[in-house]
Amino acid sequence: MTEHLPILLIVLPLVAAPLCVILHQRTAAYTLALLVSWITFGISIALVAQVNQTGVIRYNLGGWAPPYGIEYLVDSLSSFVMMFVSGIGAIVLVYAPKSVDDEIARSKHYLFYATYLLCLTGLMGMCVTGDLFNVFVFLEISSLSSYALISLGQTRRAPLAAFQYLIIGSIGATFILIGIGLLYQMTGTLNMADIAARVPQENGPRTVLVAFSFLVIGLCVKMAVFPLHTWLPNAYTYAPSVVTCFIAATATKVSVYAFIRVIFGIITPGFAFDYLPLDTELTILALVGIFVASTAAIYQANVKRLLAYSSVAQIGYMILGISMSTPGGLTAGIVHMFNHALIKGGLFMIVGCFALRLGSVKLDDWKGAGKTMPWTSLGWAIGGLALIGVPVTAGFISKWLLLTAAMEKGMWPVAVLMLLSSLLAVVYVWRVVETLYFSEPTAKVLKAKEAPLGMLIPTYVVLAGTFVFGVWTTYSADLAAAAAAGLLGATP
Amino acid sequence: MTDSMQIWLSLLLPLIAYVLLTLTGKSPNVREGCTLTVATILFLLTCRMASGVFAGERPEWMWGEWLPGFQIAFKVEPLGMLFALVASGLWILTTIYAVGYMRGHNEDNQTRFFGCFAFAIFAAIAAAYAKNLFTLFVAYEVMTISTYPLVTHHGNEEARNGGRVYLGILLSTSIAFFMLAIAWTYSLAGTLEFTLGGILAEPVADEKISSVGLGLLLALFAFGIGKAALMPFHRWLPAAMVAPTPVSALLHAVAVVKVGVFSVLKVVVYIFGLDLLTNSGVNLWLAYVAGFSLVVASLVAMTKDNLKARLAYSTIGQLAYITLGAALATPNSIIGGGMHIAMHAVGKITLFFCAGAIYVGAHKKNISDMRGLGRQMPFTFGAFLLASVSIIGLPPGGGAWSKWFLAVGTVETHQYLLTAALMVSSLLNIAYLVPIPMLAFMGKPKTDESHSDDAHGHEADEHDSHHHAPTDGIHEAPMMCVVPLCIAAICSVALFFAADWIYEALLPITQTPNS
Repeated sequence: MTEHLPILLIVLPLVAAPLCVILHQRTAAYTLALLVSWITFGISIALVAQVNQTGVIRYNLGGWAPPYGIEYLVDSLSSFVMMFVSGIGAIVLVYAPKSVDDEIARSKHYLFYATYLLCLTGLMGMCVTGDLFNVFVFLEISSLSSYALISLGQTRRAPLAAFQYLIIGSIGATFILIGIGLLYQMTGTLNMADIAARVPQENGPRTVLVAFSFLVIGLCVKMAVFPLHTWLPNAYTYAPSVVTCFIAATATKVSVYAFIRVIFGIITPGFAFDYLPLDTELTILALVGIFVASTAAIYQANVKRLLAYSSVAQIGYMILGISMSTPGGLTAGIVHMFNHALIKGGLFMIVGCFALRLGSVKLDDWKGAGKTMPWTSLGWAIGGLALIGVPVTAGFISKWLLLTAAMEKGMWPVAVLMLLSSLLAVVYVWRVVETLYFSEPTAKVLKAKEAPLGMLIPTYVVLAGTFVFGVWTTYSADLAAAAAAGLLGATP
Repeated sequence: MTDSMQIWLSLLLPLIAYVLLTLTGKSPNVREGCTLTVATILFLLTCRMASGVFAGERPEWMWGEWLPGFQIAFKVEPLGMLFALVASGLWILTTIYAVGYMRGHNEDNQTRFFGCFAFAIFAAIAAAYAKNLFTLFVAYEVMTISTYPLVTHHGNEEARNGGRVYLGILLSTSIAFFMLAIAWTYSLAGTLEFTLGGILAEPVADEKISSVGLGLLLALFAFGIGKAALMPFHRWLPAAMVAPTPVSALLHAVAVVKVGVFSVLKVVVYIFGLDLLTNSGVNLWLAYVAGFSLVVASLVAMTKDNLKARLAYSTIGQLAYITLGAALATPNSIIGGGMHIAMHAVGKITLFFCAGAIYVGAHKKNISDMRGLGRQMPFTFGAFLLASVSIIGLPPGGGAWSKWFLAVGTVETHQYLLTAALMVSSLLNIAYLVPIPMLAFMGKPKTDESHSDDAHGHEADEHDSHHHAPTDGIHEAPMMCVVPLCIAAICSVALFFAADWIYEALLPITQTPNS
């Protein structure tokens, strides 16, 4: 049984999704989805433990040996990413029912849960597979289902945002596909390890260069790296609250994961960063992105959009760490994927609570909510502090690791700019805090009740996680460090 | 009791107080009883530790390792011990005072108030006992965050703006400068542990850092520790005066600002090392910035009519004395700086207590309205006078000794301009502090009927209906306010006679270990 865990991770949600449709009844569909997501989370934890004990797990789909068959590969990095993606997926489902009731038409609930599971399948699949074409397939599964999820939003802007994402996302996916095709043409194989062994590196044919460029640009679109981020703010803003919680915490992170795989698993960092100047380009784009997106976040009237821009900035920090390609930098990048998933997931959950009670995500409609919704407001302050990176929170761990990694590499300007940019986070977080606590409440706010416990408890579990992983880093930084060591050790 | 237990117990006690008083929030008497009991236990424990530490013990305790190489660990040394002693002792006085003040004012959210207070004390103790810069930084930031709700306690527009400046300056300086300086230090020395004689001597010898770089690093520390309120990053201190007076008293005269100057002293003594600083000469610019800061702050203080604002600028000036002591980096100046932490803390808390008592008893905020109040409030203004003497640095106030050692430090290093700055500033201290009690005792009460804007509603009504002498109806603040301030004033004089003991205690930190 245990040797089949990697495939169960995919099969379970994949099969449960159509089952939800067949059940057709919203409570039944919800119960199934909840059950499956928690089992998936359980399996991921089991895999993390197993990888820690026995090392990399390889699973041949249908018993076909690679490179002929599809190989699933669970190593310290992929198990780590799967753990937090499925964890967020599971906890958001606990949080979901009240918010879904409020924001999505009842007749569509079963479809919603089915699509949610499909999206989870796609994200998990991207992590677990060792086959490059399979990555593309799962990427499309997760993307298509997220287009559908986003279009469920309440306003008429939602389908438009979903369409915008669809167009840009498809262009990105096509780029990735072209890249994969060219690599296949060069090597005749799709297994990532096999490609890595066969692909001619420096001074090889130009095709490799082109393939690599297509792959990187396609993934940059999916990761929402500045300036290819334009789909993200609208998508996050107009999607239903629950969808934003899930996608914001997971989707871009999994694309970052795929990016890491491409750079460190297929093409060596030597090729990407020494032969090609990708590290410099990424560092510049990341820094510009951090400043531009953080500044944009400051001026948003809509809190969801504010957080969306903040997400673009935070992706910049991950890219910054990865492009250092030192153990320290890579650890910082990977651990920030995890920490940011917790922090941003928690903050979007808070936004969902406000949206439920106040019926709006406009900052002006939240005035003085600290008086009537004290726990939700406190939750924002807590999540906000973590986002800023105040000590004792997970955000501090990421920031500290990134800072020391930059210092180690002698990247002075980067260290200074990074710290300065985090001051912008203080501004956009505190703007909301001040509105919550120091503005005169409007009539609507005065009538509002505290968010239901069914939503507050999962939210606080996630927020508590940001504190737990701010002081106890065995399962965040240590795992990330192991993953980084694995990645860098695999390449000479 | 083992060494390590003493440390974790003194860290745990404020947190226990926090939990207890949150749970008992419904009945104020039980709540404050809990706080007082815990505060007293903490003080007794701190005293017990102090007797050991001043005799040469160095208890240690490690809580855990957050990241490889970065531990949250504690080790008690004399300077931190002195700071912990001051903070925990004055916590008791402030709690008693706060009970009187907050109830006298019918303030809202008193449970949150006392809770955050306990948390800030926790942060102060953690900073005092920190074994390395990393721990110190964490405690420093926890204190910034936990005091924000105290500064903005009133929850109005003014509180919001004050809080904005407070948090804005303290967070930005600590993130942009302090954190950078710590990471830089780590990349140079490979450790962040406070070590007598400093940890930077080796990197300098290896030419990993030039003397310009060393000066820059010192600047990052000096300005990054925004709580030391060195100009031009001092604006948060007057802004924080929107807080209720007990907050200003304990936090902005004792805990918060003292964490700032304490950190500066720690960095100079244990990270740079006195020899390294004096040999390289990079410390002099900091000494002059501090000298500038202390004269200018005193000048600004003279222009303030609002008593709390004047005390705030006075605090900025007095903090610069301590930074100056650190910057001169001679044994005498370090002892003077360390001593001034205690002397100024006790003196300034008395002054803030008085300001609050005057506000509770007479509803006056402005100095010009306090003329003649001394006859109605003799204890308050008497205490004000005693504490002023200590702040100015005249015998028999405790401040006389610390300022003496600082002056000796400037003469030793032949920085006569700084000696002059110290003298000028002391004169200015007299000019802005002494007139307040003098006019209160000797001056005639204002007779005009036009009240200042700050006079509160019911007090104005009283006047309109009676048309008696304007000081009618003004009396001493409640006992709970007056007793603590009298005790504090007596302490500030008593410290004059105990200075020898502080000197002995601090002497070990100025000695370079024989390598």
